[in-house]
Amino acid sequence: MKKLSSSLPHLILSLGIITIVVGAVLAWVYEVTEDPIAQVEKQKKVNAIAAVTPEFDNDPMAETVEVEMDGHKIPVHIATKGGKLVGGAVESYSMNGFSGEIDVIYGFNRDGEITGYQVIKHAETPGLGAKMEQWFRDPQGHRSVIGQNPSKKPLTVAKDGGKIDGITAATISSRAFLDALNRASSAYQQAKTQRDE
Amino acid sequence: MNKLQIIYNGLVKDNPTFVLLLGMCPTLGTTGSALTGMSMGLATMAVLICSNGAISALKSLIPDKVRIPAYIVVIASFVTVLQMIMQAYLPALNESLGIFIPLIVVNCILLGRAEAFASKHPVGDSLCDGLGMGLGFTCALTLLGAVRELLGTGRIFSLELFPESYGSLIFVLAPGAFIALGFLIAFSNYIKTRHA
Repeated sequence: MKKLSSSLPHLILSLGIITIVVGAVLAWVYEVTEDPIAQVEKQKKVNAIAAVTPEFDNDPMAETVEVEMDGHKIPVHIATKGGKLVGGAVESYSMNGFSGEIDVIYGFNRDGEITGYQVIKHAETPGLGAKMEQWFRDPQGHRSVIGQNPSKKPLTVAKDGGKIDGITAATISSRAFLDALNRASSAYQQAKTQRDE
Repeated sequence: MNKLQIIYNGLVKDNPTFVLLLGMCPTLGTTGSALTGMSMGLATMAVLICSNGAISALKSLIPDKVRIPAYIVVIASFVTVLQMIMQAYLPALNESLGIFIPLIVVNCILLGRAEAFASKHPVGDSLCDGLGMGLGFTCALTLLGAVRELLGTGRIFSLELFPESYGSLIFVLAPGAFIALGFLIAFSNYIKTRHA
């Protein structure tokens, strides 16, 4: 077949038809994958919540309290067992990461002690700040935040006079992690009071 | 040209990474470990085969003056489809490749092969070229990822060869990518000159 000449109607027709066909294909694939993608996102959150909170028998995703802090809505998922509060998971964030925002889900027990955490999103340096995924649950030295209660006194790194050992050579990432943690803790406390009222 | 010859060209003679030096951004960015390097190579190969085939089939319908936008639209749509499929069915892989999946659109290998090969050859040959180039890219990325992972963490495909404390962190970080790539290109040129 001879190649179409570059006359104006040909240009418009050719590019127009290609974009219309492509648009239709994309719309169809979007339709097909929309549900699985939403499922994957939700499953990821559900897994993270189950991993960080004490044992529960309700659906924490359904019992979500939104706490407004610094203009952001922070979701607090309440975990109950036999109708009694056992803890909660807080989707917290910090904008002070070494490379922008970090999103972490923190789990708390009824007294506000940290029971676990899971980093959802970060862009910290591999080998340095990225170590936060493991570092703050490492029982070695004063690294672990598990069992600490930030509702009485916010946690800070040793460099700022606190009691938590920050990640070696990644103080900014460590501070951001604890920033997100302290925000989660106060959001959790607020959510608890809101719930009791 | 025979089809095996075309695949061999892409894999060895005109290897996109070591010879043509195309697609350096994902090459440097996603080779922190052998596994991510290989998955990036395979993702690119999938798009490259599809786009080469589609562009070759459409080549007589696309007037010369709008060929570049038309190629970009075709490539971008394949990439978007791939990304949506990966998000839905391979979320872990999608996470580890992150921003580099959408960036396949601007990978020079795709536009380069569309312009230099697919727009001048029949569909069958173009598919083979996509396969060959894709394999070449995948092998190069896997090799680079393996070298960086080994020197940086003492592992290959997460298989421990020596303790991590003997590794040197720089190879996992960006500068190590440049150093390792430089040495690999030098090595491949050395082999080539000895054969010539």
